[in-house]
Amino acid sequence: MKNDDKDWDRRGFLQCMAWVGTGAMWTMASGVLKGMPIEQAARGAMKMSGMGGMSGLRFAQISDSHIGFDKPANTDVTATLRAAIAKIKAAPEQPSFVLHTGDLTHLSKPSEFDTLQQVLGELSMPVFYVPGEHDVLEDDGKSYLQRFGKGTHGAGWQSFDQGGVHFIGLVNVVNLKAGGLGSLGDEQLEWLEQDVKRLTSSTPMVVFAHIPLWSVYPEWGWGTEDSARALAYLKRFGSVSVLNGHIHQVMQKVEGHVSFHTAMSTAFPQPAPGSAPSPGPMKVDADRLKKVLGISRMSFHDVHHPIAITDVPLEEEKKTAATVGL
Amino acid sequence: MRRTVTIASVAAVLVLGMGTLGPGQKSVVASAQEKTSAADVKIDNFSFGPAVLTVKVGTTVTWTNRDDIPHTVVSTDDPQMFKSKVLDTDEKFSFTFSKAGTYPYFCSIHPKMTGRIVVG
Repeated sequence: MKNDDKDWDRRGFLQCMAWVGTGAMWTMASGVLKGMPIEQAARGAMKMSGMGGMSGLRFAQISDSHIGFDKPANTDVTATLRAAIAKIKAAPEQPSFVLHTGDLTHLSKPSEFDTLQQVLGELSMPVFYVPGEHDVLEDDGKSYLQRFGKGTHGAGWQSFDQGGVHFIGLVNVVNLKAGGLGSLGDEQLEWLEQDVKRLTSSTPMVVFAHIPLWSVYPEWGWGTEDSARALAYLKRFGSVSVLNGHIHQVMQKVEGHVSFHTAMSTAFPQPAPGSAPSPGPMKVDADRLKKVLGISRMSFHDVHHPIAITDVPLEEEKKTAATVGL
Repeated sequence: MRRTVTIASVAAVLVLGMGTLGPGQKSVVASAQEKTSAADVKIDNFSFGPAVLTVKVGTTVTWTNRDDIPHTVVSTDDPQMFKSKVLDTDEKFSFTFSKAGTYPYFCSIHPKMTGRIVVG
């Protein structure tokens, strides 16, 4: 992988941060994210597509649809999920598949799973799932596994290869211990170690799981207690992208060759870490809601290019983002 | 001061009850006893309140979820002493503690949420 991250600095990082959630294009070079306004990114993408012969891989991420939730923060989560699906379908270049990073439902009820399946059934491409804690509330997650876990291991973990990229779906929402955080557990970690053993270090890796695999805010349980062990098995790989949900907002962090990113929810936003008495649903003005809900689009131009992540709100801000004064 | 006022008003109600009900005073006493053997834990903002609750043997403790997010009440003892179903908003779970001891518990969905019932 070429090393073109020399001009990376704190200023650049803060500029990127300012674009988060406003519609930004992210590219990852040598494990470091670079951002540019979406317009500029779109022009670049158009140029690329004009070149022809690009064998790119595109996929999308949906998270935290919480079907069944009906509180003031969003009284119609099915409608906002439908809007998210419409966003995916409206993309000029369709993703090959979709990842759902958990909390499909709010209370693991059969009727909620039914609605989720029905709405996502409108997509023509495959969907890969990992469960959130709200999907395994009843019967030790059996309902979830029967519907969404076919061909997976244990509580629903899995791996697959697409376009030269290795994808790993991990489950960190079962067997949680009192006082603890999200947990992967020994059995899954041993499976992961074996799963990546056969891969060459140049294989791009995409890991997806519900609860963040980095310590976002342990006080609110926003982290995974044994994620360091999982990341140790992935250390030798040149490009690792970790995609999570759970916290209902876009956040990211870069650590060496590992880039972490969390997606928006399609149901309701949650407060920034520590900014409220609890991480409970955050009620925003009705005209603001669709600007803080959304999906993420990911692409690799080819396996030697870094991943690009675009966070797409259900409704774009009317004005372009303000100039960043740094 | 506040406590004194409360006790005084409870006593007044009891006296009034006994005075007016006459033959019905047994039922008044019975319901008063039930009240003393019941206690509440409220779930607000992803926490149990109070986090540590001390009660007498025979007390029935009732948890009420007042959050917009579901929670559970699960004993961390081995063997497990009690386990609620998933409590959605305003749903309740009750358990009667018939033996002295300390009973730790947590929310199995949000394991950072922990509490204890001390039965003495």
